[in-house]
Amino acid sequence: METGTWKAKAGLAQMLKGGVIMDVVTAEHARIAEEAGAVAVMALERVPSDIRAAGGVARMSDPLLIEDIKHAVTIPVMAKCRIGHFAEAQVLQALGVDYIDESEVLTPADDKYHIYKHDFTVPYVCGARDLGEALRRIGEGAAMVRTKGEAGSGNIVEAVRHMRAVVDGIRHVQSLSNEQLMAEAKNLQAPYELVQYVHEHGRLPVVNFCAGGVATPADAALMMQLGADGIFVGSGVFKSDNPAKRAQAIVEATTHFEDATVVANASRGLGEAMRGIEINAIPERELMAARGW
Amino acid sequence: MTNIGVLALQGDVAEHEAMLAASGANPSLVKRADQLHGLDGIIIPGGESTTIGKLLRRFDLLEPLQERVRAGFPIFGTCAGMILLADHVEDAATDQPTIGGMNITVQRNAFGSQRESFETDLRVPSVGDQPLHAVFIRAPLITQVGDDVTVLATLADGRAVAAQQDNLLVASFHPELTDDARLHRYFVDMVSERS
Repeated sequence: METGTWKAKAGLAQMLKGGVIMDVVTAEHARIAEEAGAVAVMALERVPSDIRAAGGVARMSDPLLIEDIKHAVTIPVMAKCRIGHFAEAQVLQALGVDYIDESEVLTPADDKYHIYKHDFTVPYVCGARDLGEALRRIGEGAAMVRTKGEAGSGNIVEAVRHMRAVVDGIRHVQSLSNEQLMAEAKNLQAPYELVQYVHEHGRLPVVNFCAGGVATPADAALMMQLGADGIFVGSGVFKSDNPAKRAQAIVEATTHFEDATVVANASRGLGEAMRGIEINAIPERELMAARGW
Repeated sequence: MTNIGVLALQGDVAEHEAMLAASGANPSLVKRADQLHGLDGIIIPGGESTTIGKLLRRFDLLEPLQERVRAGFPIFGTCAGMILLADHVEDAATDQPTIGGMNITVQRNAFGSQRESFETDLRVPSVGDQPLHAVFIRAPLITQVGDDVTVLATLADGRAVAAQQDNLLVASFHPELTDDARLHRYFVDMVSERS
């Protein structure tokens, strides 16, 4: 019996496909998420919109909170560490979280390097804005990627931009001939072997979720139709009027993303969505998506 | 050719679809009850059993599948699919709908958290002498079996990880994540013999 294998790590992400992963800050939130049909929860001290509002340095959550949430639900529990902060990641692994998100939502701990994720038994998910960034993270050992979007904005435009960039990048690599792949790897700043994989298979070697800005069932349906394998919802559920109902609606829309009647039914009478911010209104130095290298 | 559906509410649907195609069946995706018509069998994939159970109830697939189980319709469940087919689930989440029909008790997340997920080789005499490479991900175990259930595979310590009861086939692990299609072919043969 061998633990921590690549198949076991990437495989858990495959099991999450077609599902919704929700940010939760209390055990009570986690139970609401599980009850609504979430496939996993992300244990946090604050949702991204509150992290944005609070300012200061955002760090890994208190182990007590993570354990509290682990005890509250039977579905997988994920938790975030700062970019490059492998000691936080070691703590999360010791706590037995099911997935680590090396996340731009927290304040980066290293301005040059991400964590060497192959060293860990627990799998990682990382954010990406385009194909090159996705392949760099996979090269470092990420077993799942997600768009960065703009966390805590309640605005889907950045997630759309990032998902389209990844999908367009894949199509472009597919269209190239073998002798062009090395130059393309240089252009993407991505490992050559992974560029070859994309050329051959027409997809990433790991599951690719959407994150950063999902606030409505239609947002989820949009991202699934653009090629997402599943959805992360951060502030969108618990910053809305009726979290339980909205959570369930986003789950239903993610499953039946190609059936507008189901999405319409799910969208009906959900109350106010989270407030949301126009991306141009966020000062450039406060954009979370720009963190990561 | 046998028409086999893959329940596509959530989980590793595409992987099962590819395995079925490689095993000589004609796969199709099932998200609504009307998509069950014309099928000779169905696979319930890996995924999150609580999520799939709630969506089965929400989209009116629970009863149609329970009726088919009673009528002898062949169903293959892997991991979450095994939990959904078990008559008894230890440590189930509150309000976790299941299809049931198989006289087994399963324990969810029996090995612990993702840290404990693993790969190993299993002896599965029903599909041949060569060991079957198996991927266990936050996997369930079969802790009790009824008299009418045949255990098809066990771990080295004897704990049951694959079983069959008439038309129902279950596995704790994910044959769909490997290149070895023998268990899928075994299921396709089960379906062909019946239809």
